Amino acid sequence: MSAKPSLRATAGDPAPQFAAAGAWTAVHASDLEALIDGVAAEPVAGTASIDMGKVEAFDTYGAWLLERLIRERKARGGETAIVALPEHYRDLVMSMHDAIREQPVPAARANAIIDAVEKVGRATVGAGHDLLAIANMLGAIGAATARVLASPRTFRLTSAVHHLDRVGLQAVPIILLITFLIGGIIAQQGFFHFRKFGAETYVVDMLGILILREIGVLIVSIMVAGRSGSSYTAELGSMKMREEIDALRTMGLDPIAVLVLPRVLALILALTMLTFLGAMSALFGGGLVAWLYGGMSPDIFVARLKEAISITHFKVGMIKAPFMALVIGVVACAQGFAVKGSAESLGLQTTASVVKAIFLVIVLDGLFAVFFASIDM
Amino acid sequence: MNEETAINVRNLVVGFGDTTVLDHVSVAVKRGEIFGFVGGSGSGKSVLLRTIIGLIPARSGTVEVLGTDLSRADEEARRATERRWGILFQQGALFSSLSVLQNVQFPMREYLNLSKRLMREMAEAKLDMVGLKPEDWHKLPSELSGGMTKRVALARALALDPELVFLDEPTSGLDPISAGEFDELIRTLQRTLELTVFMITHDLESLHTVCDRIGVLADGKVVVSGPISVMLASEHPWVKAYFRGKRADVLARRLAQPAT
Repeated sequence: MSAKPSLRATAGDPAPQFAAAGAWTAVHASDLEALIDGVAAEPVAGTASIDMGKVEAFDTYGAWLLERLIRERKARGGETAIVALPEHYRDLVMSMHDAIREQPVPAARANAIIDAVEKVGRATVGAGHDLLAIANMLGAIGAATARVLASPRTFRLTSAVHHLDRVGLQAVPIILLITFLIGGIIAQQGFFHFRKFGAETYVVDMLGILILREIGVLIVSIMVAGRSGSSYTAELGSMKMREEIDALRTMGLDPIAVLVLPRVLALILALTMLTFLGAMSALFGGGLVAWLYGGMSPDIFVARLKEAISITHFKVGMIKAPFMALVIGVVACAQGFAVKGSAESLGLQTTASVVKAIFLVIVLDGLFAVFFASIDM
Repeated sequence: MNEETAINVRNLVVGFGDTTVLDHVSVAVKRGEIFGFVGGSGSGKSVLLRTIIGLIPARSGTVEVLGTDLSRADEEARRATERRWGILFQQGALFSSLSVLQNVQFPMREYLNLSKRLMREMAEAKLDMVGLKPEDWHKLPSELSGGMTKRVALARALALDPELVFLDEPTSGLDPISAGEFDELIRTLQRTLELTVFMITHDLESLHTVCDRIGVLADGKVVVSGPISVMLASEHPWVKAYFRGKRADVLARRLAQPAT
């Protein structure tokens, strides 16, 4: 490889003279910077000259550091002359001579407290905007539904069926597996702890009511928010990034009717069906554990279950399902439309979509609990 | 090692599945020249570029860049060669989560051991060279216009002071004024930094004004290569249609009498 760069003082009086040699290139830039800073720190006296005749290789890094030395000396009142510069390096030195004459205005550094307050303020306003965006999306979906009801032929049936397959049918195995395990775990925990009070028979009550009213729909909603809500956001977001949504709009089509409505409708149907399947699978898992771990025969389990639960419990769970689906779908689509140009923004919105959907699902579940309690269901 | 040739491609065959895109292509680019590469859409120009820089494997043939035979070189030799070239992708390919300045600093941070101050100054100098104003240095790529994106991408390609620069359609998507300025910029930088430039382009004006030599890719082969005069004299039907078509005529007349 090329020789290390050097900058030696050859004479000090009356004016300093330096001889440069070696490779003044990117690879040696940090050595060179130390040399340059060393020379720049020396006291300034008269016009220094730098002999560049022995420099073997030279690039923008070398040229800039040379320029930096000249500027630093000049700032302290010293002139610097470059001598014996090879002709073909002249353009390079000239271009660096003109470089960064203008400094960007540095952004004012605010103090930490103001920064923190600003962050809180922005987050609050952001939350307000999110709520507005969700309300806006809900309204747009309502309007699009009204239009579709007025002229049913405009409904995108193919698209809805396609999405139903993706978010419904293809989700069945994983939903069955997860709810089966959850049902089994609840039953096992029930037997383990209720046994201490001799209240094993009540495990079935707990299992039935908990699964039909709460766990079934919650677990399925959370799974669907993570599985389908995120994919909705990512799909719509990347369509937004590539201007596909603008293209639809300019062709006179409503992106809500074309893209959002079939997706949300598919999600509502899918989540309701999955909630039913999930609840059944969880009860099955619970029953199996009751038999194998709790020593309760399937006949007794079913008989106990019949006594413990009523159709009301089942209805409470099923009524909640389409609302959960609507919340997930609306949040996912609103976040998708909020994606801006960058890949980073797509990732952020997808994360936000899942987090907000799960949060709202749980809040909604709480509201439903209050509502059903007040109407005695 | 041949000091005179920057890129030497011999008998390169590249294909996907059953189709052969490049059929025994040979190209040689001399050091210090601007080599323009043209061809119809889908003729395999980008495939050739991507094969040279190693993104697509070749079926057979050799690719020699800056004296290193990349088809036989080991990982270390490859890396060493990769440091000596810079690439301007068609869409800029700026990292969208980094600011303009950070994008230019990225290769420096990875490959060079520089102080923070020098890294900042060098990135600023490069951005200054490509004509980007200081107020744009801290923007994110999504906030830049098409022309600015190309300029930043060029600054990033030049970050390590490469000897060789690959440009994939540098002026596509720019208005004629910006395209002209960009051509001028490439010319100036090439002269100042003594670069070798390998440029894929559709822009007739770029071919006329900046390229020293031109290669034409048609039917999977390089059919003609040489300076613009050779192109204008060629009787190959595609070359004739391209360089002496209606659009080319207007341009040729305008370039012939610039003082009007």
